[in-house]
Amino acid sequence: MNAPLPTRRDEAWRYADLKALEPIWPKLAGPEKINVPAGETVSRQIDALTVVDGVGMVDLDVTIGDKATFQIHVLAHNADYGRIQVKATLGNGSHFELGGAILGSGSQTLEIVTETIHAEPNATSNQVVRSVLAGKAVGSFLGKINVARHAQKTDAAQSVKSMLLDRGATANAKPELEIFADDVKCAHGATVGELDKQALFYMASRGITPALAKKLMLQAFIADAFVSVADDTEREAIESKALEVLEALS
Amino acid sequence: MLKIENLHATVGDTEILKGLSLTLNAGEIHAIMGPNGAGKSTLAYALGGRPGYEVTSGSVDFTTAVRAEPVEAQDGEAPASDPSTSSGRTVDLLDMDPHERAAAGIFLGFQYPVEIPGVSNLQFLRESLNAQRTSRGEDPLSGAEFIKLAKEKAALLKMDMDMLKRAVNVGFSGGEKKRNEMVQMGIINPKLAILDETDSGLDIDALRTVGSGINAIMRKPDKAVLLITHYQRLLDEVKPDFVHVLADGRIVKTGGPELAIQLENEGYEAIAEAA
Ligand SMILES: Nc1ncnc2c1ncn2[C@@H]1O[C@H](COP(=O)(O)OP(=O)(O)O)[C@@H](O)[C@H]1O
Ligand SMILES: [Mg+2]
Repeated sequence: MNAPLPTRRDEAWRYADLKALEPIWPKLAGPEKINVPAGETVSRQIDALTVVDGVGMVDLDVTIGDKATFQIHVLAHNADYGRIQVKATLGNGSHFELGGAILGSGSQTLEIVTETIHAEPNATSNQVVRSVLAGKAVGSFLGKINVARHAQKTDAAQSVKSMLLDRGATANAKPELEIFADDVKCAHGATVGELDKQALFYMASRGITPALAKKLMLQAFIADAFVSVADDTEREAIESKALEVLEALS
Repeated sequence: MLKIENLHATVGDTEILKGLSLTLNAGEIHAIMGPNGAGKSTLAYALGGRPGYEVTSGSVDFTTAVRAEPVEAQDGEAPASDPSTSSGRTVDLLDMDPHERAAAGIFLGFQYPVEIPGVSNLQFLRESLNAQRTSRGEDPLSGAEFIKLAKEKAALLKMDMDMLKRAVNVGFSGGEKKRNEMVQMGIINPKLAILDETDSGLDIDALRTVGSGINAIMRKPDKAVLLITHYQRLLDEVKPDFVHVLADGRIVKTGGPELAIQLENEGYEAIAEAA
């Protein structure tokens, strides 16, 4: 890659671990291009990042044809610095679905960065990100949505929720909307919280150990990210991988 | 079964329980009545071990009958324990974590049951029951055994099984939450139930169902109930052996069922002042 190393002033890199990125930056190949032909569906499921020198990078540039669907479900966990970057350009009546869980601990920096371009009318996008952060981990979601002037009837949704297990952990959520059409629905919500103490005591009062209570609540919390996995076996696979990572977190 | 002596408890910096003493024997149902803010829920939470409800002095001993010898056991039930002679196992409740108190046999019926999004009632209850069984050295119930038990208890409380498939208390009405507490109690089958205003929010029919549920589940020679309530109506269904008035962090008066009727007629103030 010939581009210069990004800086913090680049909006899409403001929370990145640039120090970790620097040594491998020249080796990065640039985005993988995916074309989803009209009417078809392409699904990606990533339950672990490919890590080189502590850095795990997924970089996709997806063009979604008319009435086509692209789905990606991703578990960000196994890298000192992990980044899932998806640029999706939507055709007429197409759909983009992203479900992501960021599970970080120690001094990990993990982020999901999307750029959703509603270039044509009638397309829908839905992005659900759940982060569980322990230790001094930093988990971020940056979601830019661009709706072109003639992309009427666009429906673009983002739901971002983070759970901090320790005081030192940080969650960032940054939606960025650039909407030039007028007949558009853009629902977005972001929350940061911690484990519900009342629920923890309620569970304990029924005999559930603190560790199991935590596990049940976190499992329920991140399940939202994977409800859109259509295939039961695939959904269970990524959920059980997530659970395995969660158990190691706590 | 439960012996509370001179219990003092604070919430934040405020002392709420100011030397409360109370003894419950196996086979007894005790009602606690008292004005708003008297410390009834604080007592329930202190017994349950809720964080933030700090016991500053006093003691709470909890005694359960030791499992009966196989020859003596009938219908799988432990024989009535006579507290003066039976060989019970006594634990210091205040020394235990909340989940350990539950496994020891204590059930807390919440005045405001908590919602747990994303966790189904059935999963929650199965995990609860099996966590308790495991900690007592018993085998966990299989899925089929558990569903059978859950169906039976749901029917007892006239609760639709579909509600048990939904997330814990999420979107339940006030009355449904209370009924759900009683289904949980039926499934968990505790030794001592501390029920905090289980009757509030119930209509007349639900009150009757809940009342007969409490009798069916807890009116046993080896069990006891501490029933916190404001209303005589529940006590018509679940007949208490003793009625206590809790005011300003202490038990100020104790009597039989007639005390509840007197309270209903004369109000707390008159009785607390006369005490
Ligand atoms: N979490 C809390 N923080 C501060 N004060 C509390 C808290 N819980 C209870 N209290 C106070 O303690 C007193 C007793 O409350 P509570 O035990 O709920 O009374 P009751 O159940 O008898 O109505 C009240 O004055 C109440 O305001
Ligand atoms: Mg109360």
